[in-house]
Amino acid sequence: MPEITREDVAHLARLAHIDMTGEELDRMTGELSVIVDSIKTVSEVAGDDVPATSHPIPLSNVYRDDVIGETLTNEEALSGAPDNAAGRFKVPAILDEE
Amino acid sequence: MTTATAEILSFEEAMEKFDPVLGFEVHVELNTRTKMFSSAPNAFGDTPNTNVTPVDLGLPGVLPVINRVAVESSIKIGLALGCKIAEKCHFARKNYFYPDTPKNFQTSQYDEPIAYDGSIDIELADGTVFTVEIERAHMEEDAGKLTHMGGATGRIQGAEFSLVDYNRAGVPLVEIVTKPIVGAGERAPELAKAYVAAIREIVKNLGVSDARMERGNVRCDANVSLKPKGQEKFGTRTETKNVNSLRAVEHAVRYEIQRHAAVLDGGGTITQETRHWHEDTRSTTAGRPKSDADDYRYFPEPDLVPVVTDDAWIEKLRSELPEPPAARRKRLQTDWGYADAEFRDVVNAGVMDSIEETIAAGVKPATARKWWMGEISRRAKVAEVEPAELGVTPALIVELQGLIDAGKINDKLSREVLDGVLAGEGTPTEVVAQRGLEVVSDDGALLEAIDGALAAQPDVADKIRGGKLQAVGAIVGGVMKATRGQADAGRVRQLILERLGVEG
Repeated sequence: MPEITREDVAHLARLAHIDMTGEELDRMTGELSVIVDSIKTVSEVAGDDVPATSHPIPLSNVYRDDVIGETLTNEEALSGAPDNAAGRFKVPAILDEE
Repeated sequence: MTTATAEILSFEEAMEKFDPVLGFEVHVELNTRTKMFSSAPNAFGDTPNTNVTPVDLGLPGVLPVINRVAVESSIKIGLALGCKIAEKCHFARKNYFYPDTPKNFQTSQYDEPIAYDGSIDIELADGTVFTVEIERAHMEEDAGKLTHMGGATGRIQGAEFSLVDYNRAGVPLVEIVTKPIVGAGERAPELAKAYVAAIREIVKNLGVSDARMERGNVRCDANVSLKPKGQEKFGTRTETKNVNSLRAVEHAVRYEIQRHAAVLDGGGTITQETRHWHEDTRSTTAGRPKSDADDYRYFPEPDLVPVVTDDAWIEKLRSELPEPPAARRKRLQTDWGYADAEFRDVVNAGVMDSIEETIAAGVKPATARKWWMGEISRRAKVAEVEPAELGVTPALIVELQGLIDAGKINDKLSREVLDGVLAGEGTPTEVVAQRGLEVVSDDGALLEAIDGALAAQPDVADKIRGGKLQAVGAIVGGVMKATRGQADAGRVRQLILERLGVEG
């Protein structure tokens, strides 16, 4: 009984802005189900007494002082951009999403 | 683009049928020197794409590092909102695709905000107090600024391309989220405005934000839903994004209440979506369907380690908090001995700070109030500026009032002196000398004017002799006219009565 449905994969593909063919959706549904099943075994070992881990390294409170450092120049910032205008990155118009 | 104005119900009718439920997400830009996760300057108005590092541009291989001051400012905001501070929390990635973030995610907090479960009391203009519960305050980063080019209106629809400036990308933000606010009823729009004003005041007072709404330092998303009178279950909400002035917050909430009411009253349903506020038409239009949190596929930010707080750190920050604005108001009202209504008027007129400074300079509280609420407020209204922006200093009021107290000028002349000072003619004393405004305090000169006025109005003089004291005003008026207002009206009255042999 796969926990991942074809609709789930289609939804995720849409969120991730990835075009997928029907054939790819079928294949990915199967592959993702296998991955999810494998990861599920973790929850069989970790009971309620084991807190969720967000970071594997036992480190906390790594901060930087609020001091200004080196920045890129406008030319450097734009050097990798496919297009620019008026000192800014030029991108296709995208309808309001966020 | 559908800009047609939607049907709306009158606010009164909406209130008869429905109860509004509000919720706010207020984003506060912190005024740290550098960004949340990079050492680029956090500055407004610089050349585009110069306050950026590889971290802000999301270049491959970069690692963010948390700004300690930003965390401390966030904790201070949490404490000022009466929140609990998380013992441990982490950052999360909020995934979405839009050119305002070059990383394709915003670094934010999701299941573990730095501060949660607070509340603040919001006082409306008439003194009514509403308690607003705070759900959470979490740390995140601002996005870059998009300018949409081309298209007929310059609005987002019809734009041909967009230009992106990442100077703002990564500026530290604290997002303050309320719990649903029920029971405000017809005061809902007013409460909305007062809530955002209170948040702005608190963060400004803490010194953690410049809190300038016109620069986007404080931005409000306003959630509105309606439920039929008597119903417990909340209706479907809409979220009006980026309502960025206090007046707009009030208007947007009012408009959405009226629009929801019309839709629901006509048997329709509200679509859960974002709305755009249009200041020109004072209305909203549909934005995008509201994403579920699932659609953002939040997950813990692997590049940042958790923030862990302890009592010592929190108490140190708590000890650095300034007196809260509400407590300060209470203290000042007591110190000054103003009645509730008087004090509220002072606060609403925005002259409390000015009065405090004026009193500190040695003016009596009642006198300071008279100046700021009277002559100065009047001039500010005419000039369409805030009273504090007129250029009237406490020292100026001290000097003006000193001249009045010494009998050198009267109230009426003091207004003319103020004119002169604000016109740049010098200090009050200099203006008095230059314009020849000193009151006529020489009794001889006054008596001469009085005799003239009595002779001009013999019937009035007879009435006064006959005991009709209220007729004195006409003679006083004559004397003031003769002395071009430069007489002390009280002294004139006294001299008239003496002259006519009548007991005052």
